[in-house]
Amino acid sequence: MAELHLKSVEKTYGNGFKAVHGIDLKVEEGEFMVLVGPSGCAKSTTLRMIAGLETITGGEIHIGDKVVNELVPGKRGIAMVFQNYALYPHMKVRKNLSFGLSLKREPKNKIEEATNNVSNILEIEELLDRLPKQLSGGQAQRVALGRALIKQPEVFLFDEPLSNLDAKLRASMRVRITDLHKRLRAEGRPATVVYVTHDQVEAMTMGDRICVMKDGHIMQVADPSTLYERPANAFVAGFIGMPEMNLVPAVLKNDAAPVLTLHDQSITVNEGLGHRLAGLAGPVTLGIRPQHLEVVVDGSENAFSAQITNLEFMGHEINVHAKIGDAVFVAVVPTEKFDASLGRGDRVGLKPIGPHIHLFDADTGQNVSLSANG
Amino acid sequence: MVALTDLPKPDQKTPPTALELKLRRKARINTAIRYSVLIVVGLIMVYPLVWMIGASFKTNAEMFSSPSFWPKEPTIQGFIDGWKTSTPYTFGHFFLNSLWIIIPKVIGTAISCTLVAYGFARFEFPGKKILFVTVIATLLLPNVVTRIPQYLLFRDIGWLDSFLPLWVPSALAGDAFFVFMVIQFLRAIPRDMEEAARVDGANTLQTLVYIVVPMLAPAIISVCLFQFMWTMNDFLGPLIYISSVEKYPVSLALKLSIDTTEAFAWNQILAMSVLTLLPSLTVFFLAQKYFIEGISTGGVKG
Ligand SMILES: Nc1ncnc2c1ncn2[C@@H]1O[C@H](COP(=O)(O)OP(=O)(O)OP(=O)(O)O)[C@@H](O)[C@H]1O
Ligand SMILES: [Mg+2]
Repeated sequence: MAELHLKSVEKTYGNGFKAVHGIDLKVEEGEFMVLVGPSGCAKSTTLRMIAGLETITGGEIHIGDKVVNELVPGKRGIAMVFQNYALYPHMKVRKNLSFGLSLKREPKNKIEEATNNVSNILEIEELLDRLPKQLSGGQAQRVALGRALIKQPEVFLFDEPLSNLDAKLRASMRVRITDLHKRLRAEGRPATVVYVTHDQVEAMTMGDRICVMKDGHIMQVADPSTLYERPANAFVAGFIGMPEMNLVPAVLKNDAAPVLTLHDQSITVNEGLGHRLAGLAGPVTLGIRPQHLEVVVDGSENAFSAQITNLEFMGHEINVHAKIGDAVFVAVVPTEKFDASLGRGDRVGLKPIGPHIHLFDADTGQNVSLSANG
Repeated sequence: MVALTDLPKPDQKTPPTALELKLRRKARINTAIRYSVLIVVGLIMVYPLVWMIGASFKTNAEMFSSPSFWPKEPTIQGFIDGWKTSTPYTFGHFFLNSLWIIIPKVIGTAISCTLVAYGFARFEFPGKKILFVTVIATLLLPNVVTRIPQYLLFRDIGWLDSFLPLWVPSALAGDAFFVFMVIQFLRAIPRDMEEAARVDGANTLQTLVYIVVPMLAPAIISVCLFQFMWTMNDFLGPLIYISSVEKYPVSLALKLSIDTTEAFAWNQILAMSVLTLLPSLTVFFLAQKYFIEGISTGGVKG
């Protein structure tokens, strides 16, 4: 197993479209790195460049201590799991698993042992003599996983491997893959993984670290809790978290305590924000997660007055949509704390919880409320 | 239109509704009309074939005396005499000649077309567009246009009166139609399997042999079938290039019996024609399943 290092890697496609703009990414040995981002942000392109299925047009890719730019996929020590499984349709499962090894002319008994071993781990023994078209989606994905596992590669590459499965199966496969990763680590042969997904639940639950991408740029690389609590910019803040973070233009004034002005209302944030700002002032983007927006009685001190536009009952909690001027905020309130007499059109107070307020530069979108000890 | 199969099966327990009865009656009439038309047209199409088979068992005298296809006094004399031919060789010899033309040609076509189609469908290379247009242009070119230059070329190389002019163009993917057919089929197959094979360590040739060819099998089988049948029936090609009777394929041998006999022995000619049809028919029915899968492109099931 080995670490993977991308050094200012670029990709310009044949039609002149620049998909990847010089990204730097270091995946440690045995680390589970998730690439996440909206559709078209070049996650697959990046993964395919690591695999060697796309040529890179700038920079370097290191796997272990080798530069692999010029190597064909088969020589890079990688294995890849594709979104639509890409099993060889005319080969039995057994042959699908062992194809790579038999190309390498491994001895027969070794291949057999490896096949049995892998099918045992993935519980696909009874499928070995079937053709891919006789498998269900989940079974096919396990076989595809086995085909990667059997090669004992330096780096595992996954391109949205679970997105063709239904929600329940996806959840169980998620656990299976993370378990497998932990198991390999415990066995002393940690697997370096790059896992592409656009599903943030997968990203947050599976990744040791997450790399958020947008339009061929890396927006932030961090572990899940940092990404959630200290997003580097408005894009990451809005991308991670359910429901999405509220992002609204506001004006910041820094007196004794920071004052936020929204539309024609101003509130003073007495705690948790001032020490992170270092005297900053001017137009900003206010970011506050729905979970960190308290719904209080209208007219409360230091709360915005807002009008309820919609209520979504989710069972254990309620999503309150409320409008301040044109800006619509969402607040998540536990059902038992919600005043059931409130309805659409009623006015409530919205009070952002100081330590969880994020302020982003209105132009660059960078988070300006991240002091070292914030 | 209502088809009978769209309606629920009549069962004894629930009596059919009035609407159902009406629809069923309509569907029956529809079906009757459709099938009668199809049967009539079908009969018109196959009648010459049926007549030929029947006539091959007639005597030469009866041949044109009755329009019925059923022989009054069936005889296999036509087959016996026809097989002997008027040359020093039996008809079997010509069959072997045909086979000797067909088999290398079919194999060559299959290999070359697959290679060329794989190149066009999966790789980017300079000049690809122009080359592809050239291939397609030869599809549109009438065959006769190239006959004379081709003849002159092969004459100068000294290949006349050999099978080489028949083999070589096909073995170099000269049949643009087949190349085109395989390309279309290949385009419908996702590339992921080939990429998976490359990740598994296969080089280009291994990917082609182990992954692409098996997936292309229906298309390749169709190509072989077409080439088999067309070569079996090809008359002009051998006529131009082959001059010694010893090397004649069956298509020329049939013509031979017309030329040399003064009073045409029609029963012999027809008997041999029937034999000539047999290989194509047999091969077609044996491979029918793949054949149909192959020409209806997009043969990958989800
Ligand atoms: N062969 C190609 N030629 C030109 N542009 C391409 C090619 N393949 C991808 N692109 C472009 O590169 C960008 C990144 O594509 P990519 O497939 O990497 O996105 P992605 O992040 O994987 O998206 P998704 O989540 O939808 O899979 C897209 O804008 C796409 O249009
Ligand atoms: Mg993708």
